[in-house]
Amino acid sequence: MTLIKTSYNRRSFLKTSALAGGGLMIGFNWLTSCQAAAEEEVLQMPDEWFDINAYLKIGDNGVVTILSPNPEFGQNVKTSMPMIIAEELDVDWKNVIVEQANFNAERYTATNQFSGGSAGIRRGWEGLRMAGATARQMLCEAAAAAWEVPVGEITTAAGMLHHEASGKSAGYGEMASAAAQIPVPKEVELKDNKDFKIIGTSRKNVDGKKIVTGQPMFGVDKKKEGMLIAMIAHPPAFGMQLKSADTDAAKGMPGIRDVFTIKTLQDDYERAGFDTNAFPEMIAIVGNSTWEVMNAKKALKAEWEPFSEHSMVVNGWGGKQEVTIPAGLESTTSHREEMAKLAEQPAKVSRKDGDPETAFKNAAQVIERTYTAPFLAHNCMEPMNFFAHVQGDKVELAGPIQGPGVIEQTVSARLDIPVENIEIELTRMGGGFGRRAYGHYIVEAALISQKVNAPVKLMYTREDDMTFGIYRPSYSATYRAALDENGNLTAFHVKGGGVPESPVFANRFPAGAIDNYLAEEWSIDSNITIGAFRAPRSNFIAGAEQSFLDEVAEAAGRDPIEFRLELLERAKNDPVGERNDYDAARYAGVLELVREKSNWGQEQPNVYRGVSAYFCHATYVAHVLDLVMENGKPRVENVCCAIDCGIVVNPDAAANMAEGAITDGVGNAFFGAMTFKDGAPEKKNFDTYRMIRMSEAPRNIDVHFVPSDVDPTGMGEPPFPPIFGAVANAMYKATDKRSYHQPFLGDQEVLG
Amino acid sequence: MAVYKLNINGKKLQVDVDPTTPMLWVLRDHLDLTGTKYGCGIAQCGACTIHLDGNAMRSCQLPVSAVGDQSITTIEGLSENGDHPVQKAWLEHDVPQCGYCQAGQIMSAAALLQNNASPSDADIDTAMNGNICRCGTYTRIKAAIKTAANG
Repeated sequence: MTLIKTSYNRRSFLKTSALAGGGLMIGFNWLTSCQAAAEEEVLQMPDEWFDINAYLKIGDNGVVTILSPNPEFGQNVKTSMPMIIAEELDVDWKNVIVEQANFNAERYTATNQFSGGSAGIRRGWEGLRMAGATARQMLCEAAAAAWEVPVGEITTAAGMLHHEASGKSAGYGEMASAAAQIPVPKEVELKDNKDFKIIGTSRKNVDGKKIVTGQPMFGVDKKKEGMLIAMIAHPPAFGMQLKSADTDAAKGMPGIRDVFTIKTLQDDYERAGFDTNAFPEMIAIVGNSTWEVMNAKKALKAEWEPFSEHSMVVNGWGGKQEVTIPAGLESTTSHREEMAKLAEQPAKVSRKDGDPETAFKNAAQVIERTYTAPFLAHNCMEPMNFFAHVQGDKVELAGPIQGPGVIEQTVSARLDIPVENIEIELTRMGGGFGRRAYGHYIVEAALISQKVNAPVKLMYTREDDMTFGIYRPSYSATYRAALDENGNLTAFHVKGGGVPESPVFANRFPAGAIDNYLAEEWSIDSNITIGAFRAPRSNFIAGAEQSFLDEVAEAAGRDPIEFRLELLERAKNDPVGERNDYDAARYAGVLELVREKSNWGQEQPNVYRGVSAYFCHATYVAHVLDLVMENGKPRVENVCCAIDCGIVVNPDAAANMAEGAITDGVGNAFFGAMTFKDGAPEKKNFDTYRMIRMSEAPRNIDVHFVPSDVDPTGMGEPPFPPIFGAVANAMYKATDKRSYHQPFLGDQEVLG
Repeated sequence: MAVYKLNINGKKLQVDVDPTTPMLWVLRDHLDLTGTKYGCGIAQCGACTIHLDGNAMRSCQLPVSAVGDQSITTIEGLSENGDHPVQKAWLEHDVPQCGYCQAGQIMSAAALLQNNASPSDADIDTAMNGNICRCGTYTRIKAAIKTAANG
């Protein structure tokens, strides 16, 4: 048992004033909640709910409602976060109802309600457990008072309170009213891992039934009396801005209420890191129905013009910076030429160990390879959208957003309305992948609602969504390895860059495993906006590094897993440098597990294997991918995956995450690319942007977790980056040719 | 604008809309049947899949004027209590991640099984290739289709 102080998160536990005079009855809406059990039995609803803390309320019949704080975009937090709370509350999962919490910065401090960086469970682990444990403690104290026995003698199990000596028992529901009056305990006990009954067991998606029956739950499904539909038209190319809009024709179209321009960010606005926006000035079209607005949008006449170089202040992760936005209409062909040029030149050194220059000079063999990857669009299946209703100085918002706390500040600044007057309802998101951390569309929706003085649902078309920017950057990495006459790796050099950022993590493996190591970085400025995309930077560098290590292992005459394990052994026992950001033993652990589970070394005829491993977002992943050739085309037959993410909260859901990340990675490795000509994205919809489909997906995926007692880390991103290397290495076995440039199969063929 | 009498999920419904309006928007904007999703508008992603006289159809490319007296089934009408074998199999395999494409996937799968009670892997590949799942749940979708076929 662990004793834990509740103080740092106390705001979550402060009770509302309404509670002071007695138990608070909370309004309950069946339509906005989900029964955890998802099975046939329907829970009997209580007559009264008692608000215990921000995360949970208990009904007089023992049914518990848990409010899940973080926005859900498919990563399963809406199930797994309540599982963590329910575990410490010690309640039967069958009696739990889950609701999505609205955004409330003061109440939900355990996770800040930010979904991104694979950090939700990791960051929330302690606070969520505390929410459950605090409520349990209050119930115990209520029972102790009622039965006049010491609180230390009360035990709990599955929503029941027991006092063994007196033989007294009561359900949580019976004590809920009294528990709500108990002062919040100063410290609480957390369970030992071995006593977990819910954590570590697979529980079904709490929204499963609603999803398969098509219930409204996404931002696009939002409706309100009098609501209008809005769309936007943004410049057709990066490097361009609005010159003038002729809105008359569009205004005259059937069902159209208004057409006007909006400016979502003022020129002198100091942007936060998630205020990325290449098109702050755009045209808004508002009407009665989606189809009418779509048609009016086609009738819109606007003139766009190239903008001049300009600068803006961005207060992002690197602190406050003046950022220069270059003028010009960029193209993929010129990006490639510039990147190839910079890859040849010396760059900024971000880490140097030993004497790499001399080691390369004395090498028996030097291998040098360059890897590249294009921009990628996130392509969430639910296009960007948001509901907004601005009434005077009150703002009602609802829709898909990964970081509500960040964009609330921007909305507040732009509308000059205090954050206290802004309410954000978090809807289930049709995908996120990093894209919905950038909430410009919320500011747009709010401005449009304010202008037309009505509730508005802003809808992006697929084309608007795909061409708005905030892409995964285009990257390049050049690797050099020095081998001595015995095939030992004596020096390693990575020089990476991209448009507009470098993908290099200088302190990540194999840094720390090689005496002579050099990391260099370069970048090319661009006016094409970029943003976080499932495992930023890692999503390229992992594949490049793991492909290169495969080639080096082959040149050294070594088995690729054995080669990596030898390097990790060195990093574990005698690490080079002190800033290495990984745990070599855990890294080796996933390679050893995948070697065992994949029966590595047992070749099958016409099956081509590639291995790859990577560490990011505090989680370790290794893949062995089996490829077959069908009609001259590669097809992924099987992926065996080993993961160390510490304690696995919801194993089947975590496996689902890994399966999805693997499939996503295979798709992007084979086909993914966004290209540009004269500043304009060349792909605007799924007829030209190739996405992986059923016939191309892996036939089978086996996911294995390293048994662990370590606090849980993230699952959304880590299985994604290494799959690119596994694909490349298996492709080499199948074709005898190394794949250096993504997408490996080209981006042209589209199967609609 | 014109008045259309439609047969949707076994009910007679009437709308007054522009004849070119795709069924997708008739369902979503005018009939509050929002289970059918918009994904691309050009019949490339399958999120808007409905059944037209029992066959899978992309509703974003189906003008309301072309429907006539053909019967339409949407995800909301696939079964009375969400207990169609495909829906049950989806829950058993806990298929969805974000869930946005799944109504379309389920409608395509249900139409496939209606015409082919025990589809091969190749049959499933062909029937489901028009439905994009950005989360990459294809392996579970395939497993669930097989469960539904055997159930």
